[in-house]
Amino acid sequence: MKNNFKKFFIFSFVIFFLSIFTLALKKDNNYSTKNLIGNQISSFQLPSLRNSSFITDKELKQNQFTLINFFASWCAPCRIEHKYLVRLNDQNKNIKILGVNFKDKKNNALNFLNDLGDPYSFVAKDPDGKASILFGIYGIPESIIINKELEIIKKIVGPIDQKDYEEILRLIK
Amino acid sequence: MMLKKIIFFIFLSSSIHASEVNLELIEIYKNIRCLICQGQSIADSNSDFASTVKLVVQDQLKDGKTKKEIYDFLISKYGEWIVYQPTLNKNNFLLWFLPYLILVFGALIIFFILKKTKDSKDN
Amino acid sequence: MLSNIGSILVFFILSLSLLIIYYSYVETQTTRTTIKKNIYNLSLFQVTFTILSFFTLILGFIFSDFSIINVYENSHTTKPLFYKIAGTWGNHEGSLLLWINILVVFSYLFLIFNHKHEKNFRLYTLIFQNFLILGFVIFLLFNSNPFSKIYPEPLEGLGLNPILQDPALAIHPPLLYIGFVGCSIYFSAAIASLLSEYSGKQFALSIKSWVQISWVFQTLGITIGSIWAYYELGWGGFWFWDPVENASLLPWFAITALMHSIMVLEKRNTLYEWVIILCLVTFILSVTGTFLVRSGILNSVHTFANDPSRGLFILIFLSLMIFTSILIFFKKHKKEDYNFNSNSKETFILANNWFMVFFLATVLIGTLYPIFLDVLTNEKVSVGPPFYNIVIIPLVIPFLLLMAIGPQFNWINSKKEKLYKTLYVFFGACLINLFLFYFFENYGLYSNLILITAIFLILHSIFDAKKSINNKKKFIFPRIISHLGFGLLVFFIGINHQYSVEVDFNLKVGEIKKFNNYEIFFKNIKVQQNKNYKSVIGSFKITDLEKENINYLNPEIRIYTNPETLTYEAAIKSKVNSDLYLTMSNLPRSDFYNIKFQNKPFMIWIWISAIMIALGGFVQLIIKKNEE
Repeated sequence: MKNNFKKFFIFSFVIFFLSIFTLALKKDNNYSTKNLIGNQISSFQLPSLRNSSFITDKELKQNQFTLINFFASWCAPCRIEHKYLVRLNDQNKNIKILGVNFKDKKNNALNFLNDLGDPYSFVAKDPDGKASILFGIYGIPESIIINKELEIIKKIVGPIDQKDYEEILRLIK
Repeated sequence: MMLKKIIFFIFLSSSIHASEVNLELIEIYKNIRCLICQGQSIADSNSDFASTVKLVVQDQLKDGKTKKEIYDFLISKYGEWIVYQPTLNKNNFLLWFLPYLILVFGALIIFFILKKTKDSKDN
Repeated sequence: MLSNIGSILVFFILSLSLLIIYYSYVETQTTRTTIKKNIYNLSLFQVTFTILSFFTLILGFIFSDFSIINVYENSHTTKPLFYKIAGTWGNHEGSLLLWINILVVFSYLFLIFNHKHEKNFRLYTLIFQNFLILGFVIFLLFNSNPFSKIYPEPLEGLGLNPILQDPALAIHPPLLYIGFVGCSIYFSAAIASLLSEYSGKQFALSIKSWVQISWVFQTLGITIGSIWAYYELGWGGFWFWDPVENASLLPWFAITALMHSIMVLEKRNTLYEWVIILCLVTFILSVTGTFLVRSGILNSVHTFANDPSRGLFILIFLSLMIFTSILIFFKKHKKEDYNFNSNSKETFILANNWFMVFFLATVLIGTLYPIFLDVLTNEKVSVGPPFYNIVIIPLVIPFLLLMAIGPQFNWINSKKEKLYKTLYVFFGACLINLFLFYFFENYGLYSNLILITAIFLILHSIFDAKKSINNKKKFIFPRIISHLGFGLLVFFIGINHQYSVEVDFNLKVGEIKKFNNYEIFFKNIKVQQNKNYKSVIGSFKITDLEKENINYLNPEIRIYTNPETLTYEAAIKSKVNSDLYLTMSNLPRSDFYNIKFQNKPFMIWIWISAIMIALGGFVQLIIKKNEE
C-alpha cells in the first residue's frame, strides 16, 4: 500500500517536471519591462536641453496624457520612430510629448530635431543617463505613456511602430 | 598593554573602513543584473546600461541609502529580475525553504537507519 | 565527398547499434557462459566507424570544406590550424558527434574489460548503452547533422566566435564530455544489474573504475572551465553559479556521492538500492543538463545558439530514459536490510551522501526555480550567486569536519581513543586560525569557522599521510590527496575572498587613480594589427605604495572581423602569492575608459588545489591498475 503511494508520487513528480520543461520551450526568455505598468512615476526635476529652465512632474499633471520619449541623435531606430511622434503631436490635443535627450551633445540633438521635426512640448537633457534609471528605462529608444495622475499606462521598449501607434491612439481616446 | 591592544584594534578597524566602502560598492554591483546582457552582473558587464546604473548606485550610496533601499528602488523600476538575490516573499518562499527541507528529510532517513540497527542489535 | 563519407559512417553506426542490440538479446537467452565472438566484432566495427566519422569531420574543418554546413557556419580560412581543429567540437552538432564517440568508446571498453563478470549483466549493459547510442544517433541524423551539405559551396566560412579561440577550448569540452557521457556506462550497467540480478560486491567492482574515471574527468573539466572563464571572460571571477556551470556541477555531486557509496557496497555488501539510484540519477542529470543548455530556455553567458526543436528531441529522449529506468527499478528492486553502527565508516559515508544530496538539491532548485516560476506564474526572478553562497557555504563548515573525521573510523566498528587525537588536531587548527586573525586582518566569525574547519581537514590529511608512509599503507593515499586538495581549495578560496582588492572606475589616458595603497597610472594607448583582429592595447603602471613594488599591465580590446565582434582581454600577472588583474573597456561616445583592477591573493593555489582533488582519483586508478 505504502509502496504504491511512493510509486504514484514519483511518477506524478516526474510528469510534472517534464511538463514544465515542455511548456518552458515555448516561452521567450528575453526579459522585458513592458508589463511593468500601473505604478506612478517618481517625482523628478530635469534640466532643459536648450536653456536653463527645468521641468518637473507637477507640470505634467496639467496634461490629460503625457508621452515621455527617451531619444538620442546617435540612435538609428530613434530616427525611424520619430515620424510617429510628430504625427501624434500634430493630430492629438489631449497628449503632450516630453522628450528626454539621452547621453547626447546639444548641437547633435538640435540638428536631429531640425531635420526630423520637433514634436516635444519640452526637451529635457540627461547627459549621464541617470534620469533614465529613475524612469525604469534600459534601452534607447523607449517611451512611457502616463495619465493625469502620473500613472504609467503603457511602456514601449524599442522604437514605436505602426501597431504601437494605433494602440496609443486607442488609449488616449 | 591593554591600551596598546585597544589602539591596535581601533587602528585595524579604521583601516578596514576605508576599503570597506569600496567593497560594499562592488558587492552591490555584483548583485544587480545587466538587463541587456546574457547573464552578467553590472560589475562584469561593459554595457551602457551597466555603466549608467553604476553611477546611480554610487550617488545613492553617497546619499546614505542602504543596500536594501537601493535594491528596492531598482526592483520598483525594473522588476525582481534585476536583483540576483531573490527577495523573501510568497513567490520565492519555496526557493529558500526547499533545500533545508531536503536537508532535514535526509537527516531523518539516516537517523531511522541507525535507530533500526541499534534496535535490532539490542534484541 | 567528406560529407557523404561522414553521413554513411553515421548510418553504419546506427545499423550496428541495432545489430548489437538484437544479437546481444538473443545471446542473453542462451545458456552459454561466454559471449560469442560476433558481438565483440560488431562492437569493434562500431567503435572504429565512430572514431572515423569524427576524424572525417575534423578533416572537413582542417581543409575548410565549406560544402559542409557545419564547417561553413563555424570556421574560416584565416583561422589558425589549432583553432580549426578545436572548432570541430566548439559547436552543437560537432559536440554531439563527440558525445556519440564517447558513448561508443565506453561501450566497447566496458565490454572488453569486464570478462570476469556475468555474461547477461554485460550483455544487458551493452544493449542499453546501445539504446542510448541509438537515441543520440537518431537525434544527430534528423535534427543536428554535422555532415549536412550546402549547395552551392560558399567560398568562405562565417568564422569561429573569438571568445572560443583559446587553448582551453581545445581541452575543456572533451574533458567535460568524458565526465558527462562517461556516466552513461554505469547508467546502462545499473539497469543491466537490475534485469540480470547481478548485484552486491561484484556489481560494485564492475563499475568502480568507470565511476572514478568519469569523476576525475568531470573534476578536471569543471576546473579547466573555471580557469578559462578567469583568463578569458574579463571579470576576474571563476565561478558565477551560471546555469550552464551548474549543469556541470550537478552530475559532479552525484558522482562523488556514488564514488563513496560504492565503497560501502564493495566492502559491506549493502546500499545496493541507493547505488543503483545514484547510477541512474547521474546520467539523467547529465542529459537534463544538456537539455537545459542546448534548448535555449536558460539565459546565460555560455549558451549555444537557440533552437527549441533540439530541446524537444532531447526532452523526448530524457523522458524515455527516465520512465524506462523508473519502471525497471520498481519492477526489479528488492527490499534491503541496513546494518549501520553509528561509529563506523559506513555512517560517515552516509553523511557524505547526505551533504552531496543537499548541495545537489540546492543547485538544482536554484537553477530550475526561475523556469518553473515563469511557466506557472509568468513572473520572472533571478537566482544568482548570493542565493547559492547563503545556502551552501554554512553547510561546508560541518562538511569539512566530517571529511576529516570520517576516514579515521574503521568499517563496522571503531574505538573511542581515535577521537581524542582528532580533538588535538582541531585545537591546532583553531590556533593557526588565531595566528592569521591576529597578524593579518580582522574578519568575521563566519570566515573564522570556514578557515578553521578547512585547516582542520588540511592538518588531518597531512598527519594521515605521515602515518600511512610509516605504515606503508599506500591504498589510502588517493583519499588523502583528494581530501587535502578539497581542504586547500576551501582555504584558498576563503582567503582569496577575504583579502581580495577590487575596484571599478573610469579613467582617461594620462590620468592617475589613487586608492587604498595603490596608484594606477594610465600611460598610453597603442593600436596594433594582427592576423585576424585589430587590438587596442592600454599600458598601465601599477604601484603598490605599501609594499613599494611596481608592475606593468597591458590589457587589450580586440576587434575581430569575421565574425564582427569585440572582446576584452584582461591583463593578468600571476605570482605565487597573488594575481594582479586589470581589464579595460571603452565607454561609447566618451574619452573615458572603464577600468577594473583586482588584487587576488593565492589565485594560482586555487587551481592547484582543484587539480589536486582530481589527482587523488587519478592515483587511485593507477594503483588499482598496478595491483591487477
